[in-house]
Amino acid sequence: MIVSIANEYSVPVSEVRAIIDFYHFLSDKKNADYHFYFSNNIIDKMAHSDLLVLQLGERLNSIIQQDPSRVCLDETSCIGLADHAPAALVNGRPLPALNPQSIEEVAELVALGRPLDHWPAHLFQVRTRICRRSWLLNMSLPPGESLLSWQTKGSATILQELQASQLRGRGGAGFATALKWRSCEEQHSGEKYVICNADEGEPGTFKDRVMLSEHSDWLWEGMTLCAATVGASKGFLYLRAEYAYLLPQLETSLQVRRDTGWLGAALKERLGFEFDIQIVLGAGAYICGEESALLESLEGKRGIPRIRPPFPTISGYLRQPTVVNNVETFIHAAAIISKGSDSFLQLGTTQSKGTQLLSISGDCQRPGVYEYAFGETVEQILSDCGADEVQAVQIGGPSGQLLGPQSFHLTLGYEALGGSGSLMIFNHRRSLIEVVNNFTNFFAFESCGFCTPCRVGTALNQRMLTRLHLKQLRQHEIQLLEESVRLMQNSSHCGLGQSAGNSILNLLHDFPETVEQLLNTIGDDNEARLVQALQPAVQLRKS
Amino acid sequence: MSKAKLKILTSSLAGCFGCHMSLLDMDERWLELADLVELVRSPLVDTRSQSRCDIGLIEGGLCNEENIHLLLEFREQCKILVAVGACAINGGVPALRNRYSVADCLEAVYLHGLNVTQPQIPSDAELPLLTDKVYPLQEWVKVDYSLPGCPPPADAFFQLISALHDGREPDLNYVNRHFD
Repeated sequence: MIVSIANEYSVPVSEVRAIIDFYHFLSDKKNADYHFYFSNNIIDKMAHSDLLVLQLGERLNSIIQQDPSRVCLDETSCIGLADHAPAALVNGRPLPALNPQSIEEVAELVALGRPLDHWPAHLFQVRTRICRRSWLLNMSLPPGESLLSWQTKGSATILQELQASQLRGRGGAGFATALKWRSCEEQHSGEKYVICNADEGEPGTFKDRVMLSEHSDWLWEGMTLCAATVGASKGFLYLRAEYAYLLPQLETSLQVRRDTGWLGAALKERLGFEFDIQIVLGAGAYICGEESALLESLEGKRGIPRIRPPFPTISGYLRQPTVVNNVETFIHAAAIISKGSDSFLQLGTTQSKGTQLLSISGDCQRPGVYEYAFGETVEQILSDCGADEVQAVQIGGPSGQLLGPQSFHLTLGYEALGGSGSLMIFNHRRSLIEVVNNFTNFFAFESCGFCTPCRVGTALNQRMLTRLHLKQLRQHEIQLLEESVRLMQNSSHCGLGQSAGNSILNLLHDFPETVEQLLNTIGDDNEARLVQALQPAVQLRKS
Repeated sequence: MSKAKLKILTSSLAGCFGCHMSLLDMDERWLELADLVELVRSPLVDTRSQSRCDIGLIEGGLCNEENIHLLLEFREQCKILVAVGACAINGGVPALRNRYSVADCLEAVYLHGLNVTQPQIPSDAELPLLTDKVYPLQEWVKVDYSLPGCPPPADAFFQLISALHDGREPDLNYVNRHFD
């Protein structure tokens, strides 16, 4: 199989193996008839996903023993269903809001060998929960509105308006969207590309999933607007493999756009340029959310971040000028051009204009997507979603920040909290070390392994955090942990390694009591440790 | 007037003495060092002083109970403890056994080894018990400085000792910490 793939694409067998090895969802073995991936994000763990895995394992044990090719129970990083935790995927389909009853049901269906198409629909039912609407989500955006605006005004004016709106990328980094588009527009050679980054891999984030399932037309509008402005004729939606179940409806909505003349060849007659969008699936790699890694992946390689500069707007997909933006960014751009930036500019703060979508999950009564104007306090958000006795929140996913109540007065925005799209809530009954440990494991697993600071650093952090969790870490080692994180911040090749230790530093600095309780205070009880370390040798001598 | 001589302790735990060889490799610079330091406890000298030392240079990781007892003693005895070489810092070559159990290791050598005529796992009470795995020093005690290398170059020892003698923060130059 591998050899035939290598022949077909004229690449060495080693390269095919390297790619299989890199992506979590690729394997050189045949998939089991039922391949389960349980999401191992902390939010799923808090909702007892481990017990459910055990339950399913027990129920299916005899089948697995008999024929391992029938069932595989696996875990994977967050699958973008933190508002439906605990969740899993089976052969790519979502199993949201699992509980012991539904696990029983699933076990029964698997035991019967029932094909997924004949499973009851309620098992796969993902409910969209948009809990708060503001500027963007209250809007009606008819197809083509921003494109007609482009037709009247021209690219230069569109870029000016976008610049005046001060829109910044909603994928996390907050880069000025107009600057990015302009830089690509200014390139005069090569074929240009517009790429939407829908590799929403940051654990706890699912707002892009909701936009893709509810407002995909807005996204196509934003991508087409970008293509019109920068002069691109080909677009890609890089969709994370975990969202593959959205593919049929996304393809349908693309087709509707083609049929109604807002995409494809028909655009040429209507607006004088041609543009079409192709959906490409990822294969389970968090790092592919980094734009240059995404480009590599799109080109069919391992998703290893490129050295920048040159930036994608100059040398992107196939080394051609490329705009890569997040789902929400394209949608915001289309909305701003359709409705004008005045009302957008009235919302937000000095450096962060407009609104943003937040994925809220964890210990609250109403998890879901919330749209807030920048400038809202964490405190207000917690009260809106019905979160009590909050011990801490993680804003912006594991690479963001862990905040304690002393920081709940901080406000959304690039000034303080970054361009974070998610908020995970932990109440007083949660163990923060479990939370940070979970994040540290996540980064160790997802590090692409290309640069040493990140590859080794994430593993060192993981080891030390585990020891802290087991109350084995001593005071002086805390300093080593901190040094390791700082080194990664300063010397990692890309954002993954640079931000992998953020929550560790937050834990050490903002939750000193928690850390103090975790430190090895028995003193250096080396005698007890030694007894333990000698146990195997003692046993051997006795026997 | 010159400063008091630094009291130095050296030891090789689960190491190969290669680092000690490198220490000796300072050649004539030992004459210079002789004015600055005094070896009070070391395999290189006959004395075995139990008195407090300024610097402990420890080569090798920890593979048995004796290693650990000694290390804990050295930590007590020394103001500054230095992990010398790859084994002390990371476990090094002896730590290759960490992927096997103690029983597997001993059985492979003493029961199934080549030319073994009376297969038995040694159990003399005099023999130190092996630890479950080979540990680097910092997993058991606080380590103040590390001298990287396998072995660290003689010059690295010299830079470290002279800096500590002069009360400067040791700073190895590039030549002494790159091995490519």
